[in-house]
Amino acid sequence: MAGSSRTSRLSLRAVALGYLGALLIAPVGMIFYKTFEDGLAPPLEAITSPEGLHALQLTLLMVAVAVPLNTVFGVGCALLLVRHRWWGNRLVDAIINLPFAVSPVVVGLALFLLYGTDGWFGPLLAENGLKVLFSTPGMILASIFVSLPFVVRETVPVLQEIGTEQEQAASTLGANAWQTFWRVTLPAIRWGVGYGVVLTTARVLGEFGAVSVVSGEISGQTETLPLFVSQQFEQFNLAGAYGASILLALLALSTLLVMNLLKRKEGA
Amino acid sequence: MEARTATVAQPRAGVRLPWAGAGLGRGLVGLYLSLIVLLPLAAVVAKSTEGGWGAFWDAVTGPQSIAALKLTVIASLIVVAINAVFGTIIAWVLVRDEFPGKAAVNAIIDLPFALPTIVAGLTLLTLYGSESPFGINVAFTRVAVVMALLFVTLPFVVRAVQPLLIELDREMEEAATSLGAGGFTVFRRIIFPNLLPGLTAGIALAFARALGEFGSLVLISGNIPFDTEVSSVFIRSQIESGNMSGASAVSVILLVVSLLLLACVSFAERWGNRHERDERRKKRWASRLLSRTGWGPGGHA
Repeated sequence: MAGSSRTSRLSLRAVALGYLGALLIAPVGMIFYKTFEDGLAPPLEAITSPEGLHALQLTLLMVAVAVPLNTVFGVGCALLLVRHRWWGNRLVDAIINLPFAVSPVVVGLALFLLYGTDGWFGPLLAENGLKVLFSTPGMILASIFVSLPFVVRETVPVLQEIGTEQEQAASTLGANAWQTFWRVTLPAIRWGVGYGVVLTTARVLGEFGAVSVVSGEISGQTETLPLFVSQQFEQFNLAGAYGASILLALLALSTLLVMNLLKRKEGA
Repeated sequence: MEARTATVAQPRAGVRLPWAGAGLGRGLVGLYLSLIVLLPLAAVVAKSTEGGWGAFWDAVTGPQSIAALKLTVIASLIVVAINAVFGTIIAWVLVRDEFPGKAAVNAIIDLPFALPTIVAGLTLLTLYGSESPFGINVAFTRVAVVMALLFVTLPFVVRAVQPLLIELDREMEEAATSLGAGGFTVFRRIIFPNLLPGLTAGIALAFARALGEFGSLVLISGNIPFDTEVSSVFIRSQIESGNMSGASAVSVILLVVSLLLLACVSFAERWGNRHERDERRKKRWASRLLSRTGWGPGGHA
C-alpha cells in the first residue's frame, strides 16, 4: 500500500514537472540561449538602436502615467466599495471586472470608434488639432483600460480582512479621517496595494494587442517594447526581437520575484 | 469631528474617504469608469448594431468570421480541458508533495501572467518553430494555436484549485481510507467535490482568456484565414480593412460570452463560501483569482 502510494506520488510529480518543463521552462530557457548564442553584442546593439531606445522610453512613459492613475483610482474605489454601503456598489464592482473580459483587440477597436476620424469624438478632436489615435494619448488610454482592475481587486479583500477596529480606535483617540487613512489604513493595506501596483506595471509593460491596434505601429514613434519585438521579428531581425524579448522577460521575472516577496509580507 | 460623529452613529463604519463625503468619490469613480471603460465599450455595441440586426447577424455568420469563431471556441475547449487536468495535478503536487525546488516551481507558475504575450509567442516559436532543436515544427498550424493558449492559460486552474486544496481537511480522506476506500474513490468522492468550485472558476477564467487571446498568437499561428485565424486576429484584420461594423459585431459576441464566464466565476466563489456565515471569514479567492489567480490567506509558498 505504502509502496503504491509512493509510486503514484512520484509519477504525479513527474507528470506535473514534465508538463511545466515542456510548456514553460524549456521555451523560456531556449529564448535566453538563442539571444546570447552569438554573445552579448547583437541583442545589446538592437536595444540601444534609436528605435529600441525610443520603444523603451515610450514603454516607461506608459507605466509612468497609467500606474499612478490606476493606483489612486484603485485605492479610492476599494475604500468606497468596502466601507460605504450603496446601491450602486454591485454595479461598480461588475464594471471593474469588465477589462478582464474584453479581448485586447476589442479595446483597441473601441478606442478607434471613439477617437478615429469617423469616431464619436473624432471630429471634435480634429477641430482642436488633438491627436489621440496613432499617438501616445491613445496608447496611454489603452494601457489604462487593460490594467484598471488590478489595484481594486487586490485592495478590496485586504480592506475586508483588516476590519475597522483599529480605525475606530484611531478616530476615538481624536484622529481625523485623513490622519486615520494615512497612519492606520494605508499601512495595513500597503502590501495588498503594492501587489496590485506590481501587477498593473507588469500588464502595462507587456500589453500588446490593445496598444498595437491604436498605435498604428509607427517605427520610432508609436512603438513600445512589445511592438518593437513583433516589428523586429517581421523584419527578420531576430537579434533585435530576442534582445527586446529578453529585456521584457527579465522584467517579468523580477515581477515574479517582487510578487513572491509581497506574498510573504502579506502572509506575515 | 465629522468622522467622530459618523463613528458614533454607525459603530462599524471605520475609515471613510478623507474628502468631502462619499458622494464626490462616487462621482469621480463613475466618471473614470465611464470615460475609460464604459464609453469605449458602448461605442463597440453601438457600431455593431448600426445596420440593424440583419447586418449584425450577417457579419457574425460570414464564412471567414464563422471559421474564426469555430476555431477559437474549439481550441479554447481543448485547451481548457487539458489545463484542467494538468492544472489540478500541478496544484496537487505543489500542495501535497515535497521536493527540492518546490518554492521555485510554485513561483514560476505565474510566469505566463508576468511574461508579455508577444514574448510568450516568440518563446514558443524558438522551441517549437522551424528552427526547433527537437525537429518539432508546429508553426502556422492549429497545434500552434492550442499550444500558445495552453501557455497563457496555464496558471488559472492551478491558482484556483491550490487554495482549496490547502484548506481541505485531511481527516476526511483518512477516515475514508480507513473505511476501505481506495485512492481513486477518495479522490472522486471527497477531494474532487471539494475542489469543484475552484475548478469551475479556473476553467471559466481560462476559457474567457483563451477566447480573447491575441498577442501570443500573432507570431506563431501565421493568421491564415479559414485555417489558423482566431476571432481576435479576425477582428484585427477587419479593423485594418476598415470594416468597423463587422469587427464590432464579432467583438460583441466575444464580449457577451466572456461576461457570462465572469458571472460563472462569482457564482463559483459564492458556491465555495456557501457554508461560511461570517462575512470576514469568507474566502475572497475568486476576487484575487481575477487579478492574479490567487494565493491562500497566509500564502502557499
